[in-house]
Amino acid sequence: MSSPADRLVYMANQIGMFFKSQGHDKAVPGIADHIKKFWDPRMKRAIFAHLDAGGAGLEPNVLEALTSLKQTASLPEAH
Amino acid sequence: MSLIEEIDYGTPRSKSSTMVTLTIDGNEVTVPEGTSIMRAAMDAGHQIPKLCATDMVDAFGSCRLCVVEIEGRAGTPASCTTPVMNGLVVHTQSEKLKKLRKGVMELYISDHPLDCLTCGANGDCELQDMAGAVGLRDVRYGYEGENHVFAKSHGEINAAWMPKDESNPYFTYDPSKCIVCSRCVRACEEVQGTFALTISGRGFDSRVSPGMSESFLGSECVSCGACVQACPTATLTEKSVIEIGQPEHSVVTTCAYCGVGCAFKAEMRGEEVVRMVPYKDGKANRGHSCVKGRFAWGYTNHKERILNPMIRERIDDPWKEVSWDEAFSFAAAKMRGIQQKYGRNAIGGITSSRCTNEETYLVQKLIRAGFGNNNVDTCARVCHSPTGYGLSQTFGTSAGTQDFDSVEDTDVAVIIGANPASAHPVFASRLKKRLRQGAKLIVIDPRRTEMVESPHVKALHLPLLPGTNVAVVTALAHVIVTEGLVNEAFVRERCDWAEFEEWAAFVAQAKHSPEATAILTGVDPKDLREAARVYATGGNGAIYYGLGVTEHSQGSTTVIAIANLAMATGNIGRPGVGVNPLRGQNNVQGSCDMGSFPHELPGYRHISGDAVRDQFEALWNVKLNPEPGLRIPNMFDAAIEGTFMGIYVQGEDILQSDPNTKHVVAALSAMECVIVHDLFLNETANYAHVFLPGSSFLEKDGTFTNAERRIQRVRKVMSPKNGMADWEVTIGLAKAMGFEMNYSHPSEIMDEIAALTPTFTGVSYAKLDELGSVQWPCNEKAPEGTPVMHIGGFVRGKGKFIVTEYVATDERTGPRFPLLLTTGRILSQYNVGAQTRRTENVVWHAEDLLEIHPHDAEQRGVRDGDWVRLTSRAGETTLRAEITDRVSPGVVYTTFHHPDTQANVITTDYSDWATNCPEYKVTAVQISPSNGPSDWQKSYDEQARHSRRIAPAEAAE
Repeated sequence: MSSPADRLVYMANQIGMFFKSQGHDKAVPGIADHIKKFWDPRMKRAIFAHLDAGGAGLEPNVLEALTSLKQTASLPEAH
Repeated sequence: MSLIEEIDYGTPRSKSSTMVTLTIDGNEVTVPEGTSIMRAAMDAGHQIPKLCATDMVDAFGSCRLCVVEIEGRAGTPASCTTPVMNGLVVHTQSEKLKKLRKGVMELYISDHPLDCLTCGANGDCELQDMAGAVGLRDVRYGYEGENHVFAKSHGEINAAWMPKDESNPYFTYDPSKCIVCSRCVRACEEVQGTFALTISGRGFDSRVSPGMSESFLGSECVSCGACVQACPTATLTEKSVIEIGQPEHSVVTTCAYCGVGCAFKAEMRGEEVVRMVPYKDGKANRGHSCVKGRFAWGYTNHKERILNPMIRERIDDPWKEVSWDEAFSFAAAKMRGIQQKYGRNAIGGITSSRCTNEETYLVQKLIRAGFGNNNVDTCARVCHSPTGYGLSQTFGTSAGTQDFDSVEDTDVAVIIGANPASAHPVFASRLKKRLRQGAKLIVIDPRRTEMVESPHVKALHLPLLPGTNVAVVTALAHVIVTEGLVNEAFVRERCDWAEFEEWAAFVAQAKHSPEATAILTGVDPKDLREAARVYATGGNGAIYYGLGVTEHSQGSTTVIAIANLAMATGNIGRPGVGVNPLRGQNNVQGSCDMGSFPHELPGYRHISGDAVRDQFEALWNVKLNPEPGLRIPNMFDAAIEGTFMGIYVQGEDILQSDPNTKHVVAALSAMECVIVHDLFLNETANYAHVFLPGSSFLEKDGTFTNAERRIQRVRKVMSPKNGMADWEVTIGLAKAMGFEMNYSHPSEIMDEIAALTPTFTGVSYAKLDELGSVQWPCNEKAPEGTPVMHIGGFVRGKGKFIVTEYVATDERTGPRFPLLLTTGRILSQYNVGAQTRRTENVVWHAEDLLEIHPHDAEQRGVRDGDWVRLTSRAGETTLRAEITDRVSPGVVYTTFHHPDTQANVITTDYSDWATNCPEYKVTAVQISPSNGPSDWQKSYDEQARHSRRIAPAEAAE
């Protein structure tokens, strides 16, 4: 897999794929919760930056989950 | 300290709860029905002379030494084969019995060498003991007659004499000392289940014969050591005993190899190990062992062990040996320097699933509290992290549900993606014993493993294509739901009914049927339906699974699917059933319990929880970071991006064990400080700047937690050869980094763990010494631990059904890479082989081989033993081919025990969606004939040689 952003998009979509069969209403919070719980802040920052740049490649449920997560997350600074 | 003598009761314990009372030598004895008179007498403290009886195998009644007299019964029955009855009056000693026994011994000794003083068993020989017990003073028959003892008799070659068989690297077989009691044969059958030994011939011609009169090494013998343990004479003796002599003291400790966690007696002379003998009271192994734990401990004093700390500025410099203080301050300066330059989160560490709970706890504490971040992970990431996720989602806790004893009550065992005969051999033996009693076995595995067919075992085998676990397990659920085999009462009582209904509707869809999925999975729908029916209706159904389940892009999904299956059939919450992950390394369970994952503190509590963090912050006196840290694959990615620049790796070889070696090399090369803490200069150390020598499990105190959650003591039997136990090394490094941790003994670390972890509050060294072991969780609710989980209800409350949609991995076969590679282990080697390659075990497995089906081999012009090039999208390597139909057409298989094979150059970056556990088990590959090592192997080997140089010590001034 090529760039770091591509890799994170791939991982996020993989998570999205698992929750997809539970239907939109469960999938969106499920995806958001999973990323909140298991991703390191630098990974979250990078995917949010990708989201701000248009979120190319993100599946719709994932895009929605990340948008809602970004609003509630308060990430500490890098240092 | 003295030698721990275990009582041999002569025959196995009866499990009956009906009690029987009889009189033996004037004493009233009450024992369970089914007990032998021999065992009842031993219970009362009267030892009846015996040779062919031992309590590890069933009574046989061949030596006639254990005869007794029973009032009102004619003759002199053998006490080993005569069961107790109410009211019997037994005499174990009388003039008649004395005479009979002396006669028996006289015959035995007339055909036995009298070299007792120079015999390897001198001091530990039951024949010698019995000669003494019966008062044998004379052998009237002489020693001149027909015999098995002398190579020549009366000047002629003695055809009955056989030379010693020294082919096995660890024990010898001396037929001249054999009394044909057949204890070895029975141990091989009843305990190990291999059936490698037999008695050939009849009467005087009877001989113990490995296979068809083969050598031990050339036979099917798996060198578990059960026969050696069973042998009452010097016929089967450990070579170490012959070389060193009898041990003088012993200490009970826990094996440091696989997740079974066998208890052993380390039998010692001073600080030298004479032999390791499985401990009968060990509740995981019940007195059994495998070749690794029993014999393969020679690596602990292998010449390649590094005993002095070493440092270097750059990885192409030679290593420089330094003092501990110098190594610590060098490492600390580097790590703190990185944090100043790149930020607090730019360093991290990896805890070891081979080290003790206490050591693992300290490493995660150093990282969270000393480094000030949560960049801690462990090798469970690359093996059982999907278990952690899947079982905690469905059941509420990530642990396996049963103890190993549970298998004795199992009626149907399902093994998915595991090969216990190779990877968890002592558990496999216990399972096979149950199968020989009539339990059924279903094996779901791409390969026809040793479990599928072995003596008296024939499994229903579902040979699926690698990567289709979710489809197969969901199809099993489809059959159970659509054929009305759900245990509705259980589900209504224990699980969330609405979630169940949703799940049942999902799996019942026609697209999940065995017939519809066969095209993906390659599994015969008839066999799959049969398997589902047997599991759902065959009595107690237990699922055991391994890395063939977890190491996939849908690893967590399969774990969830398995949990769904167990809940739907009510196979949870009592002995004989359950969902049981077979853990790879000795302390995988423990390292997870100890908070080795970046998102959770000890006891599986998420780092974002304020209350939990408060508790740790108060005791550790630091502020903790509430955000999860990096997982191992994320660390590598971050290193390549330049945000993760320093790592402390305790007791793991991530370069050899992690997938896509080139990616790992790039990540390690990018880091500014790699600290490796290990016994040997492993592959990761080729990229390290600091090497801290480790100590072996024989050299330290602590605890391991095995796959059945059993916490057992590891006890120090010798001083650390490197001068410090591993926990002391971590404390030293922490101190140099300005973070003080004060403990004088590992028991104090366990006390801290117990104080901070609700599931550990009942654990202490005092309790472990008293009870031998306890199973997690151990607290006020379960003061002696928890053998079976989820009794009466799930840890999370209601069991949670979750739908499991099959999603094919993106690692696909195609014209360029038409075959699927899957990987695994073999019996004699362990993990990356760092330990077992440094023992005589290499006689069984000197190199990794590529198993390929005859059809695929023929198409490519590959013959058995040829070098082949194995190529994937990630890389290529070469190794030799073994042509076999154990694998299906289209599937190839290899092991990853040898660094020169570099199986992980081939594996890819794909990983489990939930946990990033790498997808080791599916790689699309192509195979072509080759002349020898690839360019990558050559350059890797050159770099490794260059990197391992140690500068000669400077002359003292």
